[in-house]
Amino acid sequence: MKRPFKTRIKTLKIDGIDVGAREDETLLELAQENDIFIPTLCHLEGVHDIGGCRLCLVEVKGTNKLLPACMTYAEEGMEVTTNSERLQMYRRQVLDLLFSERNHVCSVCVSNGHCELQWLAGKLGISHVGVPYLYPQLSVDASHRFYIYDPNRCILCTRCVRVCDEIEGAHTWDVMGRGTDCLIISDLNQPWGTSDTCTRCGKCVQVCPTGALFHKTKAVAEMEKRRDFLPYLRTMREGRK
Amino acid sequence: MLERLEEIAATEQLFAEEFAHTVNVCMAAGCMSSQSGLIKEAFDKEIERGGVERRCRVRGTGCMGLCAAGPLVTVDSQTPDEVLYQQVKVEDVPDIINALEGQPVKRLQCSIDIPFFKRQKKIVLENSGIIDPERIEEYIARDGYSALLRAITEMSPSDVIDEIVASGLRGRGGGGYPTGLKWTTVAKSDGEVKYVICNADEGDPGAFMDRSVLESDPHRILEGMAIAGYAIGASQGYVYVRGEYPLAVARLKTAIRQARRSNMLGSGIGGTPFNFHVDIRLGAGAFVCGEETALIASIEGKRGQPRPRPPYPAEYGLWGCPTLINNVETLASVAPIVRNGGEWYAQYGTATSKGTKVFALAGGIRNTGLIEVPMGTSLRDIIYDIGGGISAMGECKAIQTGGPSGGCIPAAYLDTLVDYESLAALGSIMGSGGMIVMDESTSMVDVARYFMEFCMTESCGRCVPCRVGTVHMYNILDKFSRHEGTQDDLVLLEKLCDMVRNTSLCGLGQTAPNPVLSTLRYFRSEYMDCMIPEPDGAEIINETLEVAQ
Repeated sequence: MKRPFKTRIKTLKIDGIDVGAREDETLLELAQENDIFIPTLCHLEGVHDIGGCRLCLVEVKGTNKLLPACMTYAEEGMEVTTNSERLQMYRRQVLDLLFSERNHVCSVCVSNGHCELQWLAGKLGISHVGVPYLYPQLSVDASHRFYIYDPNRCILCTRCVRVCDEIEGAHTWDVMGRGTDCLIISDLNQPWGTSDTCTRCGKCVQVCPTGALFHKTKAVAEMEKRRDFLPYLRTMREGRK
Repeated sequence: MLERLEEIAATEQLFAEEFAHTVNVCMAAGCMSSQSGLIKEAFDKEIERGGVERRCRVRGTGCMGLCAAGPLVTVDSQTPDEVLYQQVKVEDVPDIINALEGQPVKRLQCSIDIPFFKRQKKIVLENSGIIDPERIEEYIARDGYSALLRAITEMSPSDVIDEIVASGLRGRGGGGYPTGLKWTTVAKSDGEVKYVICNADEGDPGAFMDRSVLESDPHRILEGMAIAGYAIGASQGYVYVRGEYPLAVARLKTAIRQARRSNMLGSGIGGTPFNFHVDIRLGAGAFVCGEETALIASIEGKRGQPRPRPPYPAEYGLWGCPTLINNVETLASVAPIVRNGGEWYAQYGTATSKGTKVFALAGGIRNTGLIEVPMGTSLRDIIYDIGGGISAMGECKAIQTGGPSGGCIPAAYLDTLVDYESLAALGSIMGSGGMIVMDESTSMVDVARYFMEFCMTESCGRCVPCRVGTVHMYNILDKFSRHEGTQDDLVLLEKLCDMVRNTSLCGLGQTAPNPVLSTLRYFRSEYMDCMIPEPDGAEIINETLEVAQ
C-alpha cells in the first residue's frame, strides 16, 4: 500500500523544547527556526552540506555517536542536545585546530572584525590556542584582476568550491592534495588570473567565512561579506521551493 | 546447465589424470617477487629437454600460504601426499625433475605435517595454491559456479539470504556487520537499479589477504558477487581494486572474460533470465577509498572523500541507488555457504563470530604468510603453533591487529580467543586480518608514531579533527620517539585522541587514535621513558639555597 501522504511531519525535542518538523528538515534548520544557536563554518544555505567542520555536532539520545546537525534529519521522538559541556569542549578544540593549522593573524587580516572564524572564537570563549601552531608556508595568489586568494587564512570549508559549482556552475575551484596538505586550487592548479572557467562573479569571495578570498581594493578590516543573495539564486536556478 | 559444468569438470579431471606428475609453482605476488616466474620457465624448459612432456606438466597456482619459505613448489604425483619444496631456485629445477620418479629432494623438502598446514581450516582459501587462477575449468572442477547455478535455478532470492543469515557470516572488512542483515536491507530497499560492490581496496600496512584471494582464486569473488546480485536484485557489480595490485587486476580481468564466455556472467546466466555484469574500477592510491562512501564517490568519478552516514549505501549508494558493499573475503565465503548450507558454515567459530578468518601473518614471526583458522582460535596458537614462534631472539611483545584502526595486544593476552568481541574488548579490532607480530626489540611509541603518520598522510582533509588532529598527534608522538616528550604533551595527546575519535567524520579519523590509545593502555611506561628527564637543576637550586642559608 502506498503512503497516503507525501511528507511526514515529526515532533521532537531540541534542548527540551518541543518542535515540529518536516521529515526533510535538518536539525540545524530546525534549531535556527527555533532560535537555538548551533555554530557552523562549512554550512551555507543554498548549497549542499558536507559535514566537514564538525562544529555543529549534537548529541542525540539513544546513540553514543555525535551527529552533525547540518546533515541529520528530524525523526519522531528524537531528543537533541545542542550545547552540552562536552560539545562545547569539542567545539573549542575544533577551533583550536583550525587556528593552529594555517597562519591566522587577525590584526593584519582584511576580514578582521567581519570574520566568522574570529566571531565564533569569541562567541565560544576561546582565550588562547591550546595546540602548537603549524606555520605552513603558503603563497598568496593575487593574479586575478579583482580578487585575491590567500590560503594562509583558508579553513578548507569548501564553501567556495560548492558555490562555484552548484550556483555559478563554473566549477573553477576544487581541492587538491590530502590531509592538511589540502589546498583550494583554481582549474588545474594554475594562477587564478589565468583561469578559463572563472566568470569573475565573486560569489566565492562573498561566501568565504574568513579573509582567504577578498576584494583587491580592501585593506585591513575593510572586507565585509554579503551573501543574502545566495538562496535567491539557488531558487532561480532550480525553480522550486 | 549444471550438466555442462559437470562435463567441464570431468574433462578437466581426465586431463589431469593424463599426467603422472604435476608440478605446481606458486605464482602469487609473494613468490613472484622472489623469481617464481623464472622458476616456472625453467621447469617448462627442463621438462621439454628431458622429453617428459607427456608424463609431467607444470602449472602456475595461487598462494600456498607459507610465504616466508617462498618460492614454493609442490609436486603432485597422484599419491595421497604432495611433496612441498621450499626456497626453490632456478638451479634446483633439474634436481626436482630428476627426483620425480624416485625419492623427493631432501634438502629442499618442507614437511607438510607441520602445524602451519595441519591446524588451518580452509574455506575461503580452499582453492588457493591448488588451482591455476587463470583457468576457469580448474575452478569448475572444484565445484566452482555450482553454487551460483543452484541459487539461480533452485532457490529464490530470499532463500539465498536466509542461508547467509543462517551462516552467521559477518563482514570481513573489519566492521563485522552481519552480512545477512546487510543483504536483507539492500534487498528491501526501493529501487529499480541496485549495485553490488566488492571492496578490494585493501590498504592496511602488513595485510595481504584480499590480494592473495584475488590472485589465487578470482572466480570465487565473481561467483560470490553474482549470488549477491541475485539475492538483492542487482544486475551490475563493480570490483574496486587498489591500483597497487596489478597482478590481482590482471587475473581478475582474465577471470571476468572467461566467466562471460562460459555464460557464468553477463546476460542470461546459465540459461536463466538473470543478468549480472561485473566491471573493475581501480583505486589511485588513497587508503580512505576503502571507506564505503569514499569508495562510492571514487567509482562515481569524484574525489574519494567520505560523507556522513546515514543514509547508508544500502539505501543511498552508488549514483543514489541501493548498493551492497562487501569485502573480498566476505564475498569469497558466499559460494561455499550457498553450496554447503548456512548451518555447515555456522559450525565453525564462536557464538558471535562464525566461520573462519584469513589472517596475514607479518612482522617478527617465523612463518610469515597467509593462514585461515576458525574464529575462536587463540592468539597463542596462531603465533606459536601455526606461526612457528618469534623469528628473532626473545619473546613476543605484542600483536598489532586491524592496521591503523586497530591496536596492540600485549603478550599477556596471548590466550585470548580471537573473535570480533574479544579483540574489541582489548582495545583493538579484528580489522581486515592483518596481524603484525612484534618482538621485544620493538618500541611501542614508534609503532604508534608509524600508524599515526600513516593516518595523517592518508586523511582526506574533509573534516577538521582528522585533518589537523592527526598532525598534532603525530608531532607529539614524534617528540616522544626523540625522547623529548613532556607531561603536558601526554595530557594534550590524550585530549586529542578523545576529540578525534569522537568528532571525526568517518572511520579513518574515528579509529586513528586506536594505536595510540592501546599502546598507552598497555605500555604507558614506554611513553614515560621517552620523556625529558627531570632537570638536575632542581636539586642544584635546592643545594644552593641550603648553602645560602
